[in-house]
Amino acid sequence: MHRFANPTRFLKLADAVLPWAAVTAAVTLGTGLVWGLGFAPPDYQQGDTVRIMFIHVPAAMMAMGVYVGMAIASATALIWRHMVADLIAKASAPVGAVFCFICLLTGSLWGKPMWGTWWVWDARLTSVLILFFIYLGYMALWQAFEDQAKAARAAAILALVGAVNIPIIKFSVEWWNTLHQPASLITMKGPTIHSSMLWPLLLMIIGFAAYYLTVLVYRVRAEIHLRRSRQIRLEAADRHAAMQAAE
Amino acid sequence: MVAVFLSVMRRDLLLARRQGGASLLAIAFFVLVVSLFPLGVGPAPETLERIAAGVIWVAALLSVLISLDRLFQADLEDGSLDQLALLPVPLPVVVLGKVAAHWLTTGLPVILTAPLLGLLMQLQPDGYLTMLLAMALGTPILSLIGAVGAALTVGVRRGGVLLTLIATPFYIPVLIFGVGAVEASVTGFPPDAHLLLLAAMLCGALVMAPIAAAAALKLALD
Repeated sequence: MHRFANPTRFLKLADAVLPWAAVTAAVTLGTGLVWGLGFAPPDYQQGDTVRIMFIHVPAAMMAMGVYVGMAIASATALIWRHMVADLIAKASAPVGAVFCFICLLTGSLWGKPMWGTWWVWDARLTSVLILFFIYLGYMALWQAFEDQAKAARAAAILALVGAVNIPIIKFSVEWWNTLHQPASLITMKGPTIHSSMLWPLLLMIIGFAAYYLTVLVYRVRAEIHLRRSRQIRLEAADRHAAMQAAE
Repeated sequence: MVAVFLSVMRRDLLLARRQGGASLLAIAFFVLVVSLFPLGVGPAPETLERIAAGVIWVAALLSVLISLDRLFQADLEDGSLDQLALLPVPLPVVVLGKVAAHWLTTGLPVILTAPLLGLLMQLQPDGYLTMLLAMALGTPILSLIGAVGAALTVGVRRGGVLLTLIATPFYIPVLIFGVGAVEASVTGFPPDAHLLLLAAMLCGALVMAPIAAAAALKLALD
């Protein structure tokens, strides 16, 4: 892990991972979407509306998964002063927030025909909404500091505090008897979903994860280059000032 | 450690008393927010009765929230935060002392005002005791979580607004169970489950919030 605290080494790894992640994302998302939207059977109760699941479930999993990743990266950054971990956490936040938003949006689109309402204040929905706000607060905290090192540490503390919410979201449908259906994918007795729907769903989940990885690599790379160019400009300005002082 | 905790708390209480008005301001804000609702939704008793618990809780939450941005700010500005950090005790103890003082100057007055507002909002008689209990458990959580937000945003531009954005999401569970407890007893169910969950949250926040806030404060002192 410490090997990759060096941005140059990390960039090398990132460049190696990027094509694989990008191709995986394109292939799985392509086939998963066509399979899920075009060929998977309609549900016996929900009809074609069930197809929203192929977007909704992966988005929800990623909204939480990205946050867990962010919290782990933040802990790594706080404990070992791992610079790249900070950048990973920072780069993850907007992606996770968008996944969260997609999850809320598709859930709402599905809820209208199925539950008869765009929104209900049940535990699952509310806690995902809270997660969305935590993402926003996290991003705002990054913006608030001029000193990037300080911003990184403050944001990391917030990310760790916010991690309390993740188990609450995950288990909200089991702890509280809510309108949102309980988990059908990862259960003690194995998936309770038919294989004709399970396979495209799994493809979509892999696709979302690979897409996240692709975007993450791009974002972290951009951030490293941004910091380097800022550093170079600062040094140039210093040299300029020193030269003028000498004259 | 207990001595330091007590003296930090006493210091903040003394400051609050000498400067005056902190508690009064919190109470005034609390009453004002609640009194906006009958004007907004209409004074029909059955409507007010229905929304009483929620409105009182939301107002209490907001009055704690608006008083938080000065929690560490003044100490940072006059340098006493540096001195407090140099004390030979862990910083979380100092944070806990300050939080306790904050709760005594805002949370407690809010709790004591709440029954009066319950009267104004036509709260059912069964709800009062539960509301007091729920608030006694809930408002310290608000102060504790708020301390983390205040510590993270101390010395930041537009820190107050940011504090609101950061702390509010974490206030939602307190609001849900606080209102849930009152609603349960008003509708004739035992409120125990909600109160126990609030108590559990309080225990968790008591342990974790001072540590997180202290970590954030160290950052501001660098």
